[in-house]
Amino acid sequence: MSEYNIQKMISEKKGRRSSAFIEKMVPIILLLITLVSVLTTIGILVTLLSETIVFFTRVSPIEFLTSTEWSAFSSDPQWGIFALIMGTLKITVIAVIFAVPVGLGAAIYLSEYASDRVRRIIKPILEILAGIPTVVYGFFALTFVTPLLRGIWSEVNLFNALSPGLVVGVMIIPMIASLSEDAMSAVPNTMREGALGLGSTRLEMVFKVILPAAISGILSSIVLAVSRAIGETMIVSIAAGSTPNASINILESLQTMTGFIVQVASGDATYGTDTYFSLYAVGMTLFVFTLIMNVVAQWLSRKFREEY
Amino acid sequence: MELINKQEVSKKLSGRLLLNKVLKYIFLLFTLVGLVVLATLLIDTVLDGWRYLTPDFFTSYSSSRPESAGIYGALIGTLWLMAVTAPIAIILSVGTALYLEEYAPKNRLVNFIKVNISNLAGVPSVVFGLLGLTLFVRLMELDSSVLAAALTMSLMILPVIVVASQESIRSVPSTIREASIGMGATKWQTITRVILPAAVPGIITGIILALSRAIGETAPLIIIGIPTILLFTPTGVLDTFSALPMQIYSWVKLPNPEFQSVTAAGIIVLLFILFLMNSVAIYIRNKYSKRF
Repeated sequence: MSEYNIQKMISEKKGRRSSAFIEKMVPIILLLITLVSVLTTIGILVTLLSETIVFFTRVSPIEFLTSTEWSAFSSDPQWGIFALIMGTLKITVIAVIFAVPVGLGAAIYLSEYASDRVRRIIKPILEILAGIPTVVYGFFALTFVTPLLRGIWSEVNLFNALSPGLVVGVMIIPMIASLSEDAMSAVPNTMREGALGLGSTRLEMVFKVILPAAISGILSSIVLAVSRAIGETMIVSIAAGSTPNASINILESLQTMTGFIVQVASGDATYGTDTYFSLYAVGMTLFVFTLIMNVVAQWLSRKFREEY
Repeated sequence: MELINKQEVSKKLSGRLLLNKVLKYIFLLFTLVGLVVLATLLIDTVLDGWRYLTPDFFTSYSSSRPESAGIYGALIGTLWLMAVTAPIAIILSVGTALYLEEYAPKNRLVNFIKVNISNLAGVPSVVFGLLGLTLFVRLMELDSSVLAAALTMSLMILPVIVVASQESIRSVPSTIREASIGMGATKWQTITRVILPAAVPGIITGIILALSRAIGETAPLIIIGIPTILLFTPTGVLDTFSALPMQIYSWVKLPNPEFQSVTAAGIIVLLFILFLMNSVAIYIRNKYSKRF
């Protein structure tokens, strides 16, 4: 029976150094791989910062922050980031005004009113909506929504804030709906039964019990959606135009921060020019905006979390 | 003493019930907004583009004349991009997920890494494009090659796959893990022979969904300088290429109204690929996900 001596087999295997070596090396290799994500963040920060600093040696930061005019391609360029921020803001506000009620309404319906069957049909559709490439949304905004708006309202320009704003809204609806629905579904049923048992209607239960209980998840889903809208690129570069301005008119052409980055990168600037470096200053501003939003979203979901 | 004024309650009751009913249908209406938009988008695009979906459309390069424009170059370019992005992204993200779930000690560094990954998920794709432009295109001198684009895309989709893989690995019950260790397997043996096989459907689903995001992503490609018009296909990872969303973007901008239909045809192809990938992901999720 010597060929089945397990004790001997184990001690033989133990002696093999390769397996012990693998056991030791694997955590180290995996840690190195894990550090790639940290290096990515460092890379983003260093890239943006260093090129932004170069930009600010050529253009005064005061002009960047206080001027309200942005014209990177004229013979006398102006560098007032406010014009681009205003563009981003217009798009974001339109998107949020459209998407928050619709997204929340959908979340309430799916979580509190819909039957299991309806939920199983609707949720995948929302997932499909979330997976449509933004370049497709851009095409839709330019060739469908804009002509539609122009048909209703003749003052709408070919490039405007309204149409891409609404389409960005459509893009972020699934995000608000599904994250808010998750937050509402997490509210325990006992609270629903308590509210209904006390004689409230389903609607009163939603507004007085479910929404307050799920508020942290709902708010953080909205903030995340705002961050997505700020960083959205293709819809605005296709349908919003390329004329930066600080006006609040939503019917005329504008440019967002992301739209400007795409315009420059599409080949309007050569390496080493002021315009090239402005790419990074705008990128930095955009990065700061979205980072703040993401941090706020995380803070919200920690701060107001109610444990049941 | 009467605690509840029944008259008062019944007076208000009909109004409350009506409001409940009305708002229920408004919520339903809001739920249907997404569905209606999706249907409109699909129908509008298909009606616009189906005429151009000829065999020639798939075998010819882009052209300045709409009737002879095709997506051959873009299609091959996208395949190249995905073929290079997938292995890089998989190694990086699954490695990260394994470390965080199986090896990571509970300390500040690991905590920081986790927060960092969730923050990376919120960074706009244009910013990843700027990183790719500076780091891969200029510093590493990869130019606007398949490799430069693939590295940029990999970093961009990394958080998505990491989170999906982490969830999948976490859902493997500790009992089978302990059983494996108890039978004398080493930790690495447990991971490769017990945990990964059990977690693989979830991981693959995450990978496919992340890749389907990468396939439609346009902004980083524009920023790292991928050409819009290209009349050859790449022969290696260091060659430049064109991609489907880039092709669509360059067609969208053309003033000739006929190109709107060509664009729509390109979009149909892109959406069809996405549809296929998502179906495969859902199939794998339903077919292979085990309940312990």
